[in-house]
Amino acid sequence: MGVMLSLIAVLVIVLVPLAGSQVSGLQYVFGVFFPYAGFAVLLAGFVFKVLNWAKSPVPFRIPTTAGQEFSLPWIKQAKLDNPSTTTGVIGRMAFEILAFRSLFRNTKAELRSGNLIYGPAKWLWLGALAFHWAFFIIAVRHLRLFVQPIPGWVEFLDKIDSIMQIGTPPVYITDVLLIGGVTFLLLRRLLIPRVRYISLPADYFPLFLILAIGTTGILMRFFIRTDIVAVKSLLVGLATFHPFIPKNVGAIFFIHATLVSVLMAYFPFSKLMHLGGIFLSPTRNLANNNRMVRHVNPWSYPVKVHTYDEYEDEFRDLMKGAGIPVERE
Amino acid sequence: MAKDLTQKEMLRIDYNPPKSGWMDTPVKIKPGIYCHPAKPEKITDVGMPNAHTWNPLDEDWNLPANWQQIFFEGMRERLDKHRSFKIFMDICVRCGACADKCHFFLGSGDPKNMPVVRAELLRSIYRKEFTTAGKILGSLAGGRELTPAVLKELWYYFFQCTECRRCSLFCPYGIDTAEITIIGREILNLLGLNINWIQEPVSNCYHIGNHLGLKPHTFKENIEFLRDDIESYVGVRIEPTFNRKGAEVLFVTPSGDVFAEPGIYTLMGYLMLFEHIGLDYTWSTYASESGNFGFFTSFEMAKRLNAKIYAEAKRLGVKFIIGGECGHMWRVIHQYMDTFNGPADFLEVPVSPMTGTTFENARSSKMIHITEFTADLIKHGKLKIDPSRNNHMKVTFHDSCNTSRAMGILEEPRYVINNVCKHFYEMPDTTIREQTFCCGSGSGLNASENMEIRLRGGLPRANAVKYVHEKHGVDTVACICAIDRAVLPASMEYWVPGVKVAGVSELVANALIMEGEGERTLNLRGEEIPVTEGGDNV
Repeated sequence: MGVMLSLIAVLVIVLVPLAGSQVSGLQYVFGVFFPYAGFAVLLAGFVFKVLNWAKSPVPFRIPTTAGQEFSLPWIKQAKLDNPSTTTGVIGRMAFEILAFRSLFRNTKAELRSGNLIYGPAKWLWLGALAFHWAFFIIAVRHLRLFVQPIPGWVEFLDKIDSIMQIGTPPVYITDVLLIGGVTFLLLRRLLIPRVRYISLPADYFPLFLILAIGTTGILMRFFIRTDIVAVKSLLVGLATFHPFIPKNVGAIFFIHATLVSVLMAYFPFSKLMHLGGIFLSPTRNLANNNRMVRHVNPWSYPVKVHTYDEYEDEFRDLMKGAGIPVERE
Repeated sequence: MAKDLTQKEMLRIDYNPPKSGWMDTPVKIKPGIYCHPAKPEKITDVGMPNAHTWNPLDEDWNLPANWQQIFFEGMRERLDKHRSFKIFMDICVRCGACADKCHFFLGSGDPKNMPVVRAELLRSIYRKEFTTAGKILGSLAGGRELTPAVLKELWYYFFQCTECRRCSLFCPYGIDTAEITIIGREILNLLGLNINWIQEPVSNCYHIGNHLGLKPHTFKENIEFLRDDIESYVGVRIEPTFNRKGAEVLFVTPSGDVFAEPGIYTLMGYLMLFEHIGLDYTWSTYASESGNFGFFTSFEMAKRLNAKIYAEAKRLGVKFIIGGECGHMWRVIHQYMDTFNGPADFLEVPVSPMTGTTFENARSSKMIHITEFTADLIKHGKLKIDPSRNNHMKVTFHDSCNTSRAMGILEEPRYVINNVCKHFYEMPDTTIREQTFCCGSGSGLNASENMEIRLRGGLPRANAVKYVHEKHGVDTVACICAIDRAVLPASMEYWVPGVKVAGVSELVANALIMEGEGERTLNLRGEEIPVTEGGDNV
C-alpha cells in the first residue's frame, strides 16, 4: 500500500506540471513560484530543524566506541574508531559522512544447520555511497545552469563527470550512478522481505521522487530536448532574483523543476534530514575522553541519596558487632 | 519452560518476517520471554511513582486513569532533555543494517526484535503525537495511536533489549537503541511498569548498599568466607579491611561476585592480587555495589545509586578508586559517573603505587578498571606468575558489550590473559571486540522466569564459543563482567556443555605465586589442578 500511494503521489507531481505548463500563465507557478517556495522551505525548515535539535542539550557523553580506547602508553589506541581528541572526532566524522564507515562494517547473518555465520555485506554500502555522491555531484554540477560565467571548477567537474565520452551529448557517470543507486535502494526495499517489512510510505516516496527527478533530467538531456539556452536564462533569472519565463522552455523542464521543488520542501520534514542529523549524532561526534574531561549536564539536579549517616544509623549495631568501624559509637 | 525446549526446537528460527505488518499485528505476551512485574513496595520505598499490582498476562494493567497524559508528558520532557532521543526519533531511514545485528532477533526471529522495529514502536507514537505530518496524516506518515495494546508492546520489547549497543555500531547515523530503550524504560517507570528483577536490586542497593541486599556484617562475612577458602586452597592468610579510613584505594565491585559462583572466584582473585602487591586498599559496606541496576530504571536512579561511590571515597579519604570487572557498571562509571556525581576534586589522579604509572585516561574521574591496573602491573613485571597452572585450560575471551562499545577496553584483558594462560583462542572476528555479542541477559534481564529469551539472546555468543570449542577444544570463557559470570554458565550449559566461565582476575590469581604459599595443587575453585605433561608444556 505504501508503495502504491507513494508512486501515485509522485505521478501526480509529474502530471500536474505536465498539464499545467500548457497554460501559459501557470508556467510562472512551476518555473518560478514553486522553486522559490521549495528552496525557501528547505532553507528555513533545515535551519529550524537543526536549531530545534540543538535546543535539546547533550546531558551525557555517549560515544559508541568502535575500537581500543586511549589507555596505557604501550597500548595502541584506535584513534579513528575510538577517538579521545577533537582531531580524532573530526576524523571519525569525516569517514562517517564522506565514506559511510559504519555502514561499511555491515555484515549479513545466516543460520546454517544450527550455526550462525556472518558474511560480509557491502552492497548496501556501495549502493548508498554511489547514490549519495552522485546526487551531490549532480547538484553541484547544476551550478553551471545558475551562474554566468560558469566557474572553472564547475566546468572541470562537468568534464570529469563526462570523461567517458559516450554518446552526444556525453553521458554523465553520476547520472548512471544515481539511477543505478536509487533503483538498487528501491529494489532492495521491494524485494528483501525484511527490508520491505520495515518500510513505510515515507521510505518509498523519496525514492520514487528522486528516481523521477533523475529520469526527467536525463530525458531532458537526451530525448525530449528543450532549449537549453532558454532554460539557463530562466535559472539565472531565478538565481539573480530577476525571475522571468523565457519562450521555448518545454514541459519536461517544468516537470523536473516541480519535482525538485517538492523534494526541497519535503526534505526538512522527513527522514532525509539524516543529512543534518548525522552531524549532531551524540554517539559519533563526541570524544571518548569521559574519564579524562568531565562532561557537564546542563539540567543536572540534586537527587535524593541514602547518605552514609543514614546508613550507619540503620546498621550501627550490626556494623559494630561485625567489627566494622563506625563514625559515631 | 525453556529448558524443556530442545536445541532443535529453539533453532527453528525464521528471519523472514510474517505477512502482516508490525503495526497491524498486536503484541502477544508469552511466558518465558518477560520478567515478573516490580513489587509495589519496592517501587514506593525508593520514591518512584504509580506503584501498583498488575500482571502482564491480564487484559487490564491497572494503569492510572491519565496514563496517556503521563506518557506523553514524560516523552516531551525527555525529547527536550536529550538531543540523542530527539535526533534518533527523527532521522532513521530504515535501511535495515541493524536488523540482523541484535542477539535477540538472531535468537528469536521475532521481527519486533529488529532494532529498527523496536525503535519504530516508539517512533510511531512520536510521529503521531509530536510531528505535524503524523498528527494530520496518521498512519500514512507512520504514526500510531498509543493504545493500551501498544503500551504493552512497548513494555514487552523494551524489556527484550539489553542495551548492548551492537546495533548502534552498524547504524550509519549512530542511532543507539540502548538510548531509546533507556528512555523508553524511564517513561514506563513513570507508570510503575518496571520488572522486579530490576526494581528489587535497586531498592536493596539504595537502602542496604548492594543489589543483593547483603547487610554490612553479611557482606564482610561473605568476603571472609572467601578469604578462608583462599587459605585452604593457597595456604595464605589474607586480612581484607572494611570501611577503613586512610586507605590509599577504595575498591568497589558488583555484589554478585560476593555471593555466587563463579563470580566469587573472581573476587578471590581480587583479594589475592591486592595481597600479592601489598596494595593499601579497603572495601566498603556502604558502597558495596558498583553495578547499577538504577541505570536500567532511570538516569535519576542511576545517579542516586552511583552517588555512594564518590561519597564513600570522600568519607574514607582515599586517593583514588579501583573498580572490579563488570560491563554495564563500567558504562556508568566511564560515561556517566563524573557527570552524575563529579567533580571528584577530593581525589587524586590515579597513580599505581607499585609501578608509578599515572592513569592519564582517568585523570578526571579518578577511577580505574582492575584490568587496566593489572595489565600495567604485568607490563612492569610486578607480578610473580606461573602461567603453567592454567595450562590445562583452553581459554577464549568474551568482550562485554559495554566495556567494548561504551569504553573500549579491548587489549588490556587480552594482554592479561596471554600472560597468565598459555592457550588462548579468539572467537570469530565478527563476534568479538567492538562487534561482540551480549551474553543474552544484560541490563537487568537475568531473571529465571524469562529463561527462554535469555537462551535465545545468548545464542550468538554461545554459538561463537561453540565454534572455538569444537575447533580448538576451548573449555573456558573468560570475561570481565559479573553479569556474564552469573548468566553465561546457563547459556553454556544449554548450548555448549562442558564450557565453564571465569573472570579474568580468577585466572590471574590461579597463576600468582603468593608469598608463603603452600603447594598449589588446588585452584581457586578447590579443584585439583591437572598435571599437564612436561611441566609447563602441553
